[in-house]
Amino acid sequence: MIKEVFNKPTKWSVMKSLILKDIDDLIIGSMGIVAFISFFIGGVVAIQTALNLTNPLIPKSLIAFATRQSVILEFAPTFISIIMAGRAGSYITSSIGTMRVTEQIDALEVMGVNAINYLIFPKIVAFTLYPFVIAISMFLGIMGGWLAGVYGGFVGSDQFLEGIQTDFIPFHVFYAFLKTFVFGMLLATIPSFHGFYMKGGALEVGKASTTSFVWTSVVIITVNYIITQLLLS
Amino acid sequence: MIEIKDIEKSFGDTKVLKGISTTFETGKTNLIIGRSGSGKTVMIKTLLGIHAPDKGSISFDGRIYSKLTRDEKRSLRTEIGMVFQGSALFDSMNVEDNVAFPLKMFTNKRGREIKDRVNEVLERVNLVDANYKFPNEISGGMQKRVAIARAIVNNPKYLFCDEPNSGLDPETSILIDELIQEITREYDITTVINTHDMNSVLQIGEKIIFLKNGIKEWEGTNEQILETRNKSIVEFVYSSELFKKVRESLLEEDEEERKQDLNIKEE
Repeated sequence: MIKEVFNKPTKWSVMKSLILKDIDDLIIGSMGIVAFISFFIGGVVAIQTALNLTNPLIPKSLIAFATRQSVILEFAPTFISIIMAGRAGSYITSSIGTMRVTEQIDALEVMGVNAINYLIFPKIVAFTLYPFVIAISMFLGIMGGWLAGVYGGFVGSDQFLEGIQTDFIPFHVFYAFLKTFVFGMLLATIPSFHGFYMKGGALEVGKASTTSFVWTSVVIITVNYIITQLLLS
Repeated sequence: MIEIKDIEKSFGDTKVLKGISTTFETGKTNLIIGRSGSGKTVMIKTLLGIHAPDKGSISFDGRIYSKLTRDEKRSLRTEIGMVFQGSALFDSMNVEDNVAFPLKMFTNKRGREIKDRVNEVLERVNLVDANYKFPNEISGGMQKRVAIARAIVNNPKYLFCDEPNSGLDPETSILIDELIQEITREYDITTVINTHDMNSVLQIGEKIIFLKNGIKEWEGTNEQILETRNKSIVEFVYSSELFKKVRESLLEEDEEERKQDLNIKEE
């Protein structure tokens, strides 16, 4: 399937509008839920860390340090990708699957259109912007932690700002964005595969969406482990 | 002209098409008829290249499909228009964009030119003032018209229709049949229609092939189909109550005429 995605490309004038539509549907359309979850998860991480710091010898700035590390390393790239597997992945599978059951994909193929390129390539291109979503998620997660920590009375603003700069390793950001990019490609291709090759009717479209979500999540978690093992251990 | 020679197609152990040979002529409405499960849809999908035949050949005006390169096949497909059973209009596009799709994909035409051509074909299929409606906002008959408009917009040489009347009321069915026949003659294209609608068979069946269990059982025209004594055809044609009654009254008329002739001779 991947080979066919890049074979016999669709006319650029048509492809351009498909890419813009998919960026709107998959990336911009997901921003609301991503922002909401990131902000509150960041806040929860900060509160949980604060409540577990019972030893007075441990500096309060550790709350910010833990929030930063958790959000940048795991919550933003991996947790949000699992959410995206449900939000964007199910949308991709059900929209392509519906096209399959209503013979729209057959119509494309009969016309001589490379249906795989036409339907999947724009989604892959759209997901190259996925790291921007995760960058925003990281920022909002830390913001959420800061607001929850400061306004919840767990840590001072100065201490929090000090904490998020403590022991900062730029390679961690590279690692986070590298895996985000890989997750983006998985989010574009696995749901597309399940939608494109599904068989049956409307009921099977629903089943394919569920299967696609499960598989995308499983692969993301597994790949997350492999990348972490390779880059951080 | 589309010529098929001895095509066979199986799915697993089930042989669906068993050595079918025929020709579909240009400028005529060629009909494939038969009961459900007789192999009609598989045959049309095989002609379209969606299924590859296990044996035999399909040639489009001398171009044997199986011998064409990948690019030649794609190029040939741009000469094909297809009207699917469920219309298969793109949900995300309005009527105008659906019809314009083949032009945007395969021609170098630009905005105004595309719009003019789209309006021309929409007018041809008697569909005006629906350009900006989406498929779910128009009736089944209108969707079929849009599908026909999309199929003919790029001047195809071959037009395939899979049960174009399914889900339509008898009046709209007749209009769609007439439209397909007019377009076939006007554009001089080879039209192949897959149907089990007897009204269509009688109305536009300039050439008919009857499939039974994957075998071509009979071939002829809409005039010949009413006169044939082929048992399978008779059973198929007169399977509906309406046609049964028409046939009985025709037979009664024949009988009366025969009696009158005998009386005249005796006198």
